[in-house]
Amino acid sequence: MRAAVVVFPGTWSDRDCVHALGTVGIESRRLWHRETRIEPDELVVLPGGFSYGDYLRCGAIARFSPVMAAVRRHADAGGLVIGICNGFQVLCEAGMLPGALMCNDSLLFRCQEVHLRPGSARSSFTRELDPERPLRMPISHGEGNYYADRSTLDRLEAEERIAFRYVDAGGRATREANPNGSLRNIAGVLNEAGNVLGMMPHPERACEALLGGDDGNAIWRSLLAAPTGRATGAAVS
Amino acid sequence: MSPYVAHVTVMLKPLVNDPAGLAVRDGLSALGFDGVEAVRVGKRLVVTLSAPDAEEAARLVNAMCDQLLANPVIEDFVVEIVDGASDTTAAAPPS
Repeated sequence: MRAAVVVFPGTWSDRDCVHALGTVGIESRRLWHRETRIEPDELVVLPGGFSYGDYLRCGAIARFSPVMAAVRRHADAGGLVIGICNGFQVLCEAGMLPGALMCNDSLLFRCQEVHLRPGSARSSFTRELDPERPLRMPISHGEGNYYADRSTLDRLEAEERIAFRYVDAGGRATREANPNGSLRNIAGVLNEAGNVLGMMPHPERACEALLGGDDGNAIWRSLLAAPTGRATGAAVS
Repeated sequence: MSPYVAHVTVMLKPLVNDPAGLAVRDGLSALGFDGVEAVRVGKRLVVTLSAPDAEEAARLVNAMCDQLLANPVIEDFVVEIVDGASDTTAAAPPS
């Protein structure tokens, strides 16, 4: 598997993503936002940062970048896309994922470790993860408060599209374990086909013991264990 | 074509929680404004544009809101069109 890590003006986690993917053997290149060439077998990563200064709303301007039209085509053809933090905001603004990410209910920028419970066997991003073993990795955001209307939330639950929830170390989705006010403790969601994932926590910042843990790599390993090629979403399983 | 100015107000939908509004409300209470029941924080955008008439200007700015200025998942918007020649709130267009 190869990866293309998108770089918008204001992106700041692109090199971290390249490094993290390298630790599990995924070779990656950085893809400037004006470029539009994405190979069918590439995993597209939309990393964290403050694309275009996050003016107007987080991710609102980035969605008009030339690269985003290519990312949308890639996803429509079944290609894998993951948006992390600002990348999640971009995918929601682009309408590629449901819902929106609002100001944290604490009004504070939260930079801390969280625990996540994987909640979906439908996607190759999460299929190999053990729902009983919470993953520990950092968050680092001011606008990660996930909102969608009730019928959308019910649908996400019914369709197993909640990829991750904030939980405590024991795996319980409590109010205390929720760092930003996200409805139903949602930390990450999947698109309908399961090939597009958005998540606020940073798996690339939990990629080796020196950083305090390598739980983030479990997501890349889940992908590596999945069938190769474009059709790695839920539709084929 | 005539100059128009659109005053766009973007607010979170009534059912969407507004942490900034709650914080401002608490701040007002701390200052002693006892009667404040609720505060909602929104955005105001002033768009200067040329259009054949006010109706077309309104149509264009509503389309801008649908596509960019507001996020329909969480926000509502109101557009008010005023005559550009008489409006003093708009920024001078770039030269």
